[in-house]
Amino acid sequence: MARIVLDTLRHAYGPAPASDGDWALKRLDLEWEDGGAYALLGPSGCGKTTLLSIISGLLKPTEGRVLFDGTDVTALPPDRRHIAQVFQFPVVYDTMSVYDNLAFPLRNRGVAERDVDARVREIAGMIDLTHMLERRAAGLTADGKQKISLGRGLVRSDVNAIMFDEPLTVIDPHLKWQLRSKLKELHQRVHTTMIYVTHDQTEALTFADKVVVMNQGEVVQIGTPVELFERPQHTFVGHFIGSPGMNVLPCEVSGGKALIGGIAVADCQTAEATGPVRLEVGVRPEFVSFVEGGEEGGLPARTVKVSDAGRFSIVETQAFGHVVKLLVPEGTRIPSEGVLRFDPERTAVYRDGWIVN
Amino acid sequence: MNKTHDNRAWFFVLPVVALVAFNAVIPLMTVVNYSVQETFGDNVFFWAGVTWFEQVLQSERFHNALGRQLIFTFTILAIEIPLGVAIALAMPRKGPWVPVCLVLMALPLLIPWNVVGAMWNIFALPDIGLLGRSLNALGFDYNFTRQPGDAWFTLILMDVWHWTSLVVLLAYAGLVSIPDAYYQAAKIDGASPFAIFRYIQLPKMKRVLTIAVLLRFMDSFMIYTELSVLTGGGPGNSTTLLSIDLVKIALGQFDLGPAAAMSLIYFLIILLLSWVFYTLMMRNEQQ
Repeated sequence: MARIVLDTLRHAYGPAPASDGDWALKRLDLEWEDGGAYALLGPSGCGKTTLLSIISGLLKPTEGRVLFDGTDVTALPPDRRHIAQVFQFPVVYDTMSVYDNLAFPLRNRGVAERDVDARVREIAGMIDLTHMLERRAAGLTADGKQKISLGRGLVRSDVNAIMFDEPLTVIDPHLKWQLRSKLKELHQRVHTTMIYVTHDQTEALTFADKVVVMNQGEVVQIGTPVELFERPQHTFVGHFIGSPGMNVLPCEVSGGKALIGGIAVADCQTAEATGPVRLEVGVRPEFVSFVEGGEEGGLPARTVKVSDAGRFSIVETQAFGHVVKLLVPEGTRIPSEGVLRFDPERTAVYRDGWIVN
Repeated sequence: MNKTHDNRAWFFVLPVVALVAFNAVIPLMTVVNYSVQETFGDNVFFWAGVTWFEQVLQSERFHNALGRQLIFTFTILAIEIPLGVAIALAMPRKGPWVPVCLVLMALPLLIPWNVVGAMWNIFALPDIGLLGRSLNALGFDYNFTRQPGDAWFTLILMDVWHWTSLVVLLAYAGLVSIPDAYYQAAKIDGASPFAIFRYIQLPKMKRVLTIAVLLRFMDSFMIYTELSVLTGGGPGNSTTLLSIDLVKIALGQFDLGPAAAMSLIYFLIILLLSWVFYTLMMRNEQQ
């Protein structure tokens, strides 16, 4: 067990990184508390797998240090960092039985056979593989193989952290849910730091206590699922998390108010924009209301499209040429024209993508 | 599913039946025909039953040729398979050297077989060949045209040079198909290089290696061209393997009956051993 600190980490795959685009990881300072359940969330190609490989030691960062409990491990290979990793595609040793697969990491470390046996049986019980210990690993289904990969991490008692690199990609949809709750349950039992990489927000939000959202080689926000939802620090987080994502509308700031088309939509304490900055108002569809016109103080809009999403309808409206989405409960009458109001508590102004005030 | 039965569909198979008949069945049946009859020319045949088979199976000459054949085949398999795997393991998996290595490896396979024989014949000549002269200059009494041991040495060296590439290319294809995650997982599990070879690389190469062993077994059991150009079966009979012996009987002595019987026995041995190899190597695959 260990607290993992990433100290001013940068990484580039090319030999001589010059421009910003050459860096797969731009600049990273992160701390992973011991025993936490973390998710690393971001679109494909945002650098999450790179970051994971750096923590596990499969990749050496171009700059910066990786510290485990204050000890610099940047130069150490994976087996000396006591890290376990579950990969996107299940890795099992085909010729071995399930039992030998689970015993493999222990035997490689010269653990006595009696202890190996006890440990393997204990872990097999945890991941429900006891009844197939004698079977050949090659014959198992994808979820069974993924459990073996996980089991090989769990058998070692000295593991500092277990990493998951999109581990549910090849699992059947109806088993994904099962395996995910299994993971959560295991985390509560073993209290090992777990870092779960995914581009699926549902996976991230259900698994993790804390979610690290990445985009283009940078961490854009770290927070609990609730924080990410209620107070996105960056318009990217707003977009990426939630379905549909946050409305992001270009605005002007004047007199402490954010204005769209001259109409105040939110408070904004920041100084008026000077120079070429991009100002935007962000509000989630959940916090937009749409009422029939005539009333004062609202953004005039008309309905463009209504799509049914189960208990809610997603209403797409247009105001001053911008699309604003909102959610209304099933069965609500939707006016064809009216005014939009944003919940002031849940509306924020973003400058160049980052939240203001 | 509803299947339509219409026997006219068999007509579609006719072209391929005709093709197989002309290039395989009819020639083979001619051999069978010769193997059970005695002929004195003029297309006059007398029934001979299994006489020729008995004669071949009991002849010491056949036993010796078969013995030499087995020694040759198993020697080259024992050298080429491990050597091929070792070279494949040493080859780079990525980078600019990959195509260079692949082309170098493919070169021996692209040379016509009789040219390979001729090349090695000249290369090994004790008076003018580079290999032969060098060995003699180093103090070895080397002469592959006179000494059976030297002839065998040259023959095996030639076959290893010519065919190890095939094993390398097959093994390499198996190696590059292993996803990186396997090596990373092994690193994390603390596996030694030997364990990586034993539990990841070897199992993943198993199928291609089975093919490599089968191909090398069959081809080496039928080796003729290179051998006939290099030593012609000599000195004496020391490198007369089955195919060389067969040609001597069929075309040298014109004993068509025994030659035909020997061809069939030869064919059945290859078939049987191939089957044994394949079954042994695929034994665990079904579990």
